[in-house]
Amino acid sequence: MSKRTDSNSYTMIFAVVMVLIVGSLLAFLASSLKPAIKENERIEKQQNILYAMGVNENDESSATFVSTSVAGEEFAKYIKKQIVIEGDKISENDEAYLIDVKKQQANAKEGKIRKLPLFIGEKEGKTFYVAPIRGKGLWDAIWGYVSMDENMVVQGAYFDHKGETPGLGANIKQRYFMDDFYGEHLLTKAGVFKGITVAKGNNDPKNEEKTDYEVDAIAGATITGDGVSAMIKKDLALYVPYFKSLKK
Amino acid sequence: MGLLSKKDAALIKDPLLDNNPITIQVLGICSALAITAELKASIVMSISVLFVLGVGNVVISLMRNIIPSKIRIIVQLIVVATLVIIVDLVLKAFAYELSKTLSVFVGLIITNCIIMGRFEAFALGNGPWRSFLDGIGNAVGYGVILIAVGFFRELLGSGTLLGFKVLGDPIEKTGLYAIGYENNGFMLLSPMALIVVGIIIWVQRTKNKSLIEEH
Repeated sequence: MSKRTDSNSYTMIFAVVMVLIVGSLLAFLASSLKPAIKENERIEKQQNILYAMGVNENDESSATFVSTSVAGEEFAKYIKKQIVIEGDKISENDEAYLIDVKKQQANAKEGKIRKLPLFIGEKEGKTFYVAPIRGKGLWDAIWGYVSMDENMVVQGAYFDHKGETPGLGANIKQRYFMDDFYGEHLLTKAGVFKGITVAKGNNDPKNEEKTDYEVDAIAGATITGDGVSAMIKKDLALYVPYFKSLKK
Repeated sequence: MGLLSKKDAALIKDPLLDNNPITIQVLGICSALAITAELKASIVMSISVLFVLGVGNVVISLMRNIIPSKIRIIVQLIVVATLVIIVDLVLKAFAYELSKTLSVFVGLIITNCIIMGRFEAFALGNGPWRSFLDGIGNAVGYGVILIAVGFFRELLGSGTLLGFKVLGDPIEKTGLYAIGYENNGFMLLSPMALIVVGIIIWVQRTKNKSLIEEH
């Protein structure tokens, strides 16, 4: 069938017009929905931080946040102080949770000072220090929030990912993996930062040994697990001076 | 279906049973395996595909006389991709938690063979109304299987439906758990989805022998 739609010039014009229409339609939609999406991401950050310090609605196996409608309220209730550490300078900032860890990591690479946000929460008389971490998984970014006590013993962790393999790497956000971090020590007795390794052969799958600096890895998710170890070691090490200063 | 002519009604009815995209044409299996661990994700995926396929078929059908045949596959891809991005953005704005569960899979819609298949096989050669019916029919046929698989996997795997503990509480040992029932964790893994789909195919072909291919 030879029609006018088969000519080269028609094909070209069609392609250009179609791309223009589709492009502007998507651009318009993306910018008009942006505020709503940003708001959702903001609430999610609050939920993540609360989750790490144990304010959540977990049942026996699922990881469930406090509901979005009360996230703001709960955040204000439990998070007593938000601080930003810039080198030796420590300042309070009520919107420290909005600091983009990715941007700050890029800043650090360029030699600029990296702003380190830390959220200090209080629950049932106990103080929690929640720090954000970010790193690389197998396919894309992974990130998380780790809450610690003043001795840098982990009190809870939340991990999330952008595009890890469902059923394998994506399981870092499952309870059985995240719960293993609870009680793990980050510092040696002498006070040297050692971090936590997601280890395959640690002979401690039930995670009873809390001072071995290891948690049990997920089968089939070696690279994602290594990414989790790396981001814990890299990002949490930066907070060590602050925790040392607490002791003085 | 008094509103539809017999031929039009067949467009909706056929893909539900005798020409089901999953169990007969065996298309769209990847998403059927990936997201059916929960009923909720199955339902959302079905609705998303319903939207993309219904609207996409109409768009392609309306454009069928002006699409240059040399680049028609690319044009089809652009239409699917655009619709999928719209679904993704809308979910992110209004059903954020759901969009996180579906994040990887929303992208899967673009490569869902059912959609490209219907565009190429039907919408390019038929009017918008018939294409719309065909799209809806196929999407519902896909959704029915997805929801059935999701139903069994969530019920047997987690003992819940849409998150509600329908079989009692496994920790408190109430309901069925009181008499020693245990959840089957294997149901939550993808291989069991394949087996459930297989069982559905088996049941369907046992009931309707004409569907069995000769080899």
